[in-house]
Amino acid sequence: MIENIRLSFQGIWSHKMRSFLTMLGIIIGIASIIAIVSTIKGTSEQIKEDLIGAGNNTVNINLYDGDNPYDVEFGMSSGNPPLISDEQKDAVLELDHVENATFYHSRSYTSTVYYQNTAFQGGTVYGIDMNYLDTCGYTVQLGRGFVQEDYDEFKKVALVDNNAADNLFSGENPVGKTIEIGSEPFVVVGVVRQSEDYLPNIDDISQFYDYFQTMMGCIMIPSESWPIAFSFDEPENAIIKADSTDNMSSAGNAAAEVLKEGIVNTSNTNFEYKADDVMERVRNLQRLSESTNQQLIWIASISLLVGGIGVMNIMLVSVTERTREIGLKKAIGARKKTIMGQFLTEAAVLTSIGGIIGVACGIGLSRVVAKVAGSPTAISIPAILISVLFSMLIGLIFGLLPSYKAANLNPIDALRSE
Amino acid sequence: MILELKGIYKEYQQGKMKVPVLKDVNFSMEEGEYVAIMGPSGSGKTTLMNIIGCLDQATEGSFILDGKDIRSCSENEMSDIRLHKIGFVFQSFHLLPRQSALSNVEMPLHYAKVPRKLRRERALKALDRVGLSDRVDFRPNQLSGGQMQRVAIARAIVNSPKLLLADEPTGALDSKSGAQVMDLFKRLNEEGVTVLMITHDPEIASHAKRVVTIRDGILREKEVKE
Repeated sequence: MIENIRLSFQGIWSHKMRSFLTMLGIIIGIASIIAIVSTIKGTSEQIKEDLIGAGNNTVNINLYDGDNPYDVEFGMSSGNPPLISDEQKDAVLELDHVENATFYHSRSYTSTVYYQNTAFQGGTVYGIDMNYLDTCGYTVQLGRGFVQEDYDEFKKVALVDNNAADNLFSGENPVGKTIEIGSEPFVVVGVVRQSEDYLPNIDDISQFYDYFQTMMGCIMIPSESWPIAFSFDEPENAIIKADSTDNMSSAGNAAAEVLKEGIVNTSNTNFEYKADDVMERVRNLQRLSESTNQQLIWIASISLLVGGIGVMNIMLVSVTERTREIGLKKAIGARKKTIMGQFLTEAAVLTSIGGIIGVACGIGLSRVVAKVAGSPTAISIPAILISVLFSMLIGLIFGLLPSYKAANLNPIDALRSE
Repeated sequence: MILELKGIYKEYQQGKMKVPVLKDVNFSMEEGEYVAIMGPSGSGKTTLMNIIGCLDQATEGSFILDGKDIRSCSENEMSDIRLHKIGFVFQSFHLLPRQSALSNVEMPLHYAKVPRKLRRERALKALDRVGLSDRVDFRPNQLSGGQMQRVAIARAIVNSPKLLLADEPTGALDSKSGAQVMDLFKRLNEEGVTVLMITHDPEIASHAKRVVTIRDGILREKEVKE
């Protein structure tokens, strides 16, 4: 075998130009496949990053009434909304792949929030627990965040985010100011800002409204103080942070399952907790981009086929040229199998070299595509291995006929041929 | 008896006609003999050599080589017999042009699956026997005709065959290197190698200890030399 490979290299090297031209078909085919696969992979990764944001991994789990998210303002009549018990909260935090979790009340359509004469229209008020700022990527910019004392003593304190600070206080420093929430005075103790990783991606109009609301800003108060401003026993939503992007779907669904156990004692059977499956959307988009590119791979495969036929052609020429050599080898005792093996090895070595050169060209090509088109590329190691193996396979398949021909030469005629 | 042919009949299909080439050939050789088969072209001597060399099967008759019935052998068995029991020397040498003398000689050992180290050792020994120890790494195009034929002889004897078959071994050589090759055959025969040579040249045939002639597919003993 090693001897065969050595002989093959010798044969290929002694016909450099011819071998290279023969390989060209394989090189072009493999190079275009590698380039396409790299681009697909790059685009996929890009979609993933765009949609879910690198290093964020948070999943919203909202209470639904039927198909729509449950809204306190509109939904009070439809049965008692479920509450999340402390045991459930602990259970969610205990789940595999859940790094952190936070539970919060919220009101979007608030008309009861004022600073002096300015109404906080269109913004959101959150009743948050100690984990919220951390889980959702907020950092305190001015003043302080919430401390345990705020919760224990039901303090009427509030945080505003930078948008709310702009809209409500128009340039004044909000810290220390008193705002009115549901007719109760709350003292602003800090200004927070969400990191850029958490900026949303907008796909449709409802997301735009959500985004628009966050543009208006939000005000946060301790969840313990929520009933002071609003009412008792309001339902909560959850946000969990998964330990990795790939686990977002499973962790979100697992948490939703835990929360569902709390839906008891209600006349409304439509209540349900659902996790926003960002990953599902990512996968759909990735599938779309992959299926279009899949067809490009098929087209590139045609050039491999053409390359393979070229290899077969040149191998047939080679067999004819080396008739005497084959005759001699058979005369001194080489079996059919041996001759066949030698030519198959040569074809496979030829196409494998082509495959390796093709991979190198493909990587180069994908770099160029990345530069010119600006679309990202990612080199796929399995694709490279498969390409090289596949080109070897092409050599074996298209070398079959010439090798068979060589093996079945009659040694007497072969020796006599000039 | 190393080989025994009895009632060998061989015909070729030429178009619709069957052309007989060998008619009732009876021939045998003892171990250690040096025999020449002589005959003009078209006499059937090459066909006979192909049959004896296990490259071709006779149409009729029996052929025993080293105790083995060749007529009943499969293609692979014939390959193995060629590999282990027969050494070929051709008129036009048939060396692989891109390989050194050493790897040309090593080739049959490779097919016999001799380990690498032993292969080299035996090939060097064979080259030494034909007096080419100093040309081991030369390629055929760097060698003279006589030297090329000696490399081919080294290749033929490297597997210690029972029978050395030479088809017009001096046909492509000048008389001086032809004489060298004939000396080599004589020496190898003295060392115990059984040699069967085919030629049309009576002068060359006279080097053999026994000469048979073939004409129109019929074999005749000519003389037995002392």
